[in-house]
Amino acid sequence: MLELLSLTAGYDRRAPVVRDVTLTLAPGEAVGLLGPSGCGKSTLARVAALLHRPDSGRVVIDGEPARGYRHRAPRAQRTAFGVVFQQPRQSADPRLRLADLIAEPLRATGRPEGAADKAAETADTVGLGSDLLGRRPHEVSDGQLQRACLARALILRPRYLVCDEMTAMLDASTTAALVGVVEEYRRETGAALLAVGHDRVLLDRWCDRTVEWSELGSRHDGLATAKPPAEQSPSVR
Amino acid sequence: MTVLSVRGLTVRFRMRESAPVRAVTDVSFDLAAGECLALVGESGCGKSVLASALLGLLPGNAETAGSALLAGAGDDPATDLIAADEAILARTVRGRRVGLVPQSPAAHLTPVRTVRAHLTETVRRLTGTRGRDALRTATEAAAARVSFPAGHLDRHPHELSGGLAQRAATALALVGDAPLLLADEPTTGLDRDLVDRTVDELRRHTGATRALLMITHDLAAAARIADRVAVMYAGRLVEIAEADAFFGTPGPRHPYARGLLDALPERAFRPVPGRPPELAALPAGCAFAARCAHADTACATQPPLTGGLACHHPHTAPADLVHPPQAAEAPGA
Ligand code: SF4
Repeated sequence: MLELLSLTAGYDRRAPVVRDVTLTLAPGEAVGLLGPSGCGKSTLARVAALLHRPDSGRVVIDGEPARGYRHRAPRAQRTAFGVVFQQPRQSADPRLRLADLIAEPLRATGRPEGAADKAAETADTVGLGSDLLGRRPHEVSDGQLQRACLARALILRPRYLVCDEMTAMLDASTTAALVGVVEEYRRETGAALLAVGHDRVLLDRWCDRTVEWSELGSRHDGLATAKPPAEQSPSVR
Repeated sequence: MTVLSVRGLTVRFRMRESAPVRAVTDVSFDLAAGECLALVGESGCGKSVLASALLGLLPGNAETAGSALLAGAGDDPATDLIAADEAILARTVRGRRVGLVPQSPAAHLTPVRTVRAHLTETVRRLTGTRGRDALRTATEAAAARVSFPAGHLDRHPHELSGGLAQRAATALALVGDAPLLLADEPTTGLDRDLVDRTVDELRRHTGATRALLMITHDLAAAARIADRVAVMYAGRLVEIAEADAFFGTPGPRHPYARGLLDALPERAFRPVPGRPPELAALPAGCAFAARCAHADTACATQPPLTGGLACHHPHTAPADLVHPPQAAEAPGA
C-alpha cells in the first residue's frame, strides 16, 4: 500500500502547488489522477515516486515511512518505483543507445551482470524490436522512445508504477499498446499504479478509479469522482 | 477553388551508411478553400515530413519528387512548393501564403522577446505596415483576432499559459492572411478543453476563403473540425474520406484506419497489433500486410490509391463482423 499523507510540495515554500493532499493506493490498485496541466499533479507524482521532497506530509510505502527523497532515498525504497514521464526526449539521455537506456537502472543499482540480456527481454515485453536497441534516441520515433522509457521503468520490477501523462504525446494505437503493457505487468506482479493525466476517457478506461485533482486536499476525500462501486476500496482518506 | 494540389509527392532521406529512409511516398490530394483536411497517423508515419516539405524546410539530405501546387491569388502566381527555391519560399511564401501553426509554441517563440515584439515584427515584415502608431494598432488588432488579451502582450512566452502561448502562435500564423494554414500537431500536450478551443479557433479562422491542413495524431481533434480525413501509414496515404463517414457510419474502410479508431479508449482500446515497418526497409507490397488480418497473396503488390482507398480487401459496409466495436476487453478491465 502506498500512502500519501497530507502532502504539501512545490518549488517555492511560499507558493506550494500541492497543498495538503492525501491519497492512498491499495495493494494492486490502479488510481487515475485527473487534472488540468499546471495544476500540480505532476509534482505530486514526483513526490509519490520519491523524486521530490515535500515541504510537509509523509509518504508511507508498505507501512514504512519514506526515509529520504531523490538521491537520499534508500535504494530499497527508491527501486520500489518505476516512473514514466510525458516527454520521452526530456527524460532520455540522448547519448545512450536504447539498450543502455533501458539497462540504466540495473547499472545505477550496481547490478550490471546480465544487464544486456535483461534489457533485451524487457524491450521485447514493451514491443520494442531488438533491431532498435542499438539506436540512439534521435534515431527513433517518440512512440518508440516512450516504449524504451517504459522498459526502463519496468526493468527493476517495481511494486509501484507512476505514469505521468505517459501517453499525452502518442497516437491512439501506441497509447493502447503501452497501457496494455502496463496492465500486463500489473497482472503478472500485482503492482499498483498511479496514472496522472488530463484525459478522463482514458483514465476511466484504464484505472480502477479516477480521482479529480480539484477534489483532493484537506477538504475532500477524493471519493466523489471515483468510479462507481464494483470493488471500491476505501483507500482515499 | 483548389488552394493546394499535391501530386505524387515523394521524400527520401539519403543516409550515409544505410538504405534511404522513404518518409513520404507518392502522396496526392487536393485541398479547397473553406476546407479542413486532417492528416492523421502514428508518430513516424511521415506526416511531419510532409509538412516540412510543404514549407520547404527539409534537411539537406532530402530528395524530393512530385509537386505541391499552391494556387495563385492576386499578384501571386501559382507556386510549386517543392520546386521553388529557398529565396522565393522565404520571401513570398512562408507566412504570407502558407501560415504555420507550430507544434510547440513555446519553442517557436523566442524566449527573450515579448509577444508584442513578436507580433509587431511579423506585422511589419508581412504587411508592410510602418510607423509606430500604425504598427501598434495593427499589432493589437492581430492579437484581438485570436482573443489574445491585450494586457498580456508585454509578457514573455514563458509567462503565458499553454493556451495563451498557442493563441500567440496562432495570431502570428494569421498575420499574413495566408490562403493556406498548416497546423502541425497544434494540440500536443494540451488539455482536452484547450484542444477543443484551439481547433475550434483554427476552424473559425479557416472561414470560407482559407484552407486548413491539420496534421495530428489526435483523432478526437480531427473528428471535431475536419471535413475530410487523410490517413497516412508508412509514408503513404492509405485512405481519404469524408470525416462524418469516417468517424461515424459506415466508418473507415482501410484495415489500418479501422484499427486506429478501435484503439481509442472510448472504443475497443485495443492497439493495432505489431509495429510499423522501418521506413528504410519497406516491403514491396502493402506496408501494412504484416499487421493485417486480411492480408493474402494479392497484398504482396502495392495497392494503388483509388477512390480514396489503397487496399486490396477493404472493409465493406454495413456490418463489421471482423471487428465488432465492443468485442475486446480493455486492458485492466
Ligand atoms: S492491401 Fe492487403 S495487407 Fe494491405 S491493408 Fe489491404 S488487405 Fe491488408
